[in-house]
Amino acid sequence: MGGRDATMVLLDENGVRCDGRKVDETRRIMIRAGGLKNADGSAYIEFGDNKILVGVFGPRDVHPKHMSNTDTGILRVRYHMEPFSVGERKNPAPSRREIEISKVIKEALEPAVMLEKFPRTAVDVFIEVLQADGGTRCAALSAASVALADAGIPMRDMVAAVAAGKVADTVILDVNNEEDQAGQADMPIGYMPNLEKITLLQLDGVLTPEEYKKCVDVGVKGCKIVYDLQKKALTDKYFGKGGD
Amino acid sequence: MDNKRKYVIPGDLVTTGPFRPEQNVVLEGNKIISTTIGISEIYDDSVRVIPLTGKYIPKINDLVIGKVISHTSLSWELDINSCYVGFLPAQDVFGRDFSAHADELSSKLKSGDLVAARIANFDRTRDPLVTISDRDLGKIDSGDLVKISPSKVPRLIGKRGSMIQMIEMATNAAVTIGQNGWVVVSCETPEGLLKAKKAIEMINQKAHVANLTDQVKEMLEIKDDES
Repeated sequence: MGGRDATMVLLDENGVRCDGRKVDETRRIMIRAGGLKNADGSAYIEFGDNKILVGVFGPRDVHPKHMSNTDTGILRVRYHMEPFSVGERKNPAPSRREIEISKVIKEALEPAVMLEKFPRTAVDVFIEVLQADGGTRCAALSAASVALADAGIPMRDMVAAVAAGKVADTVILDVNNEEDQAGQADMPIGYMPNLEKITLLQLDGVLTPEEYKKCVDVGVKGCKIVYDLQKKALTDKYFGKGGD
Repeated sequence: MDNKRKYVIPGDLVTTGPFRPEQNVVLEGNKIISTTIGISEIYDDSVRVIPLTGKYIPKINDLVIGKVISHTSLSWELDINSCYVGFLPAQDVFGRDFSAHADELSSKLKSGDLVAARIANFDRTRDPLVTISDRDLGKIDSGDLVKISPSKVPRLIGKRGSMIQMIEMATNAAVTIGQNGWVVVSCETPEGLLKAKKAIEMINQKAHVANLTDQVKEMLEIKDDES
C-alpha cells in the first residue's frame, strides 16, 4: 500500500514501532504441533494476534480421479479465513485473495515436500485463519510446514516464513496490520533454512535496489528465528516428555 | 548407543561423508539430510532415520493385515491402511484353473473379512499386489483387531522379537503383527486377550519412552499377581 499518509506514528525517533517493537524484532510467536485427532498431521500457530490452525491429510487417494498424476503426488492447499477472523464479517466463500494465497502457499511448500515418492496420491493441507492481524500468509506457511512434518510426509527441509517491509523509510522485520496498511512496502519471504533457499517472495510497494537487498537479508534472518520455533514445536511433541 | 543415535526433524543434517543413504534420508551435495521426524542411526557404511510418524508405505515381502473392501469378478481389493489399495487376484486363491464364471469370489472372501497377506509386488506404477498363498497367510477367522501407528510396529516387535514374545508368553495370546500397523490378537481366555491388547495400546502410546520393555513387563506382571 505505497506511501499513504498515516496519522499514526509507525516509527518514532528512538526506532520504536507502533506496537513497541524494535525494527528487527518479530511479534510473539507460539507454535504447537499436533492437536487435531482426526487429521494425519496438524499445527497451531499464534503469530502476534494471528491465530491459525492447520490440518494435513495424506498421502491419500485423489478424488476426483482425473486430478491424480501417475508420475508424482499432488499437493492441494486451502487457505480459508473464518467469518469472525476480521473486524467486519468476512463472507465465508473463498475470495479472490484466498484463492491466490492458497496457490502461493502451495507453490512455497512444493520445493520442500517430496511428492515424487507417492505417485497417484494427494496431500491435502487445510489452513483455517481464526484471527487475522497482518502477515497471515507467512504464519500459515510456517504452520503448514510443521503440520506436514507432523503428518510424516517426507520433506527436504522445513519452510519458515516471515515478512519484511519498509515503514518511514526504514527496513523492518515482521510487518503487522497497521504497518501493512500504512507502510511503504511489504515483502513476505518463505525460506528453507538448511538448504538456504527461498521458496516464497512477494513484494507490494516500492523499494530501491539497496533496500530490496536489505529486506531480503532481514527477512531471511527472521525466518531463521521462526525455524527455531518450528523445530522446538516438533521436538516438544516427539521428543519432549519421557524421551531419553 | 555407539552408532550415534540422534533425534532429527526434516531438514536436519544427519552426517556428512561417504555413507549410503537408506530410509528417510536424502543426499544433498555431500550432506545427508533427514526427511522425516525420527531417530537417526549411523552404521558402518549407511545412514537411516527411523520414522516416528507417517503412513504405511508398502514394501515387498511385508506381512500386512488387510480388510476386504470389495471384489470384481477377477480380484479382491484390500484396505491395507495405506494410500494404496492392495490388489489380490482370484488366481491366488482359486489356483491356476480359476474361471471367472464358474467360481464365485464371495464364497471365499467377503467384504469386511480380515486377511493376513504378504506384499508380493509393488512399484510406483501400480497398486501393491498381495498374496495369501503361503503358510500362515489367508483369512483370519478369530481374534481382535488393534490398530496402531505403522511407525511403531518395530517397537512392538522389539529387538529380535523380544517385546512381542514377552507379551505372548505373559498372556498366552497369539499376536499377528502387520507391518501396516494392524495387529490381530487372539487368545483363549478373555483376560489374556484384554491384557495383550492393553500392552499393545501402551506400546503405541509410549513408543518413544526409553525403558518401555520394563514398563510393559511391570504392567503384565502386576496384572499376573492380581488375577
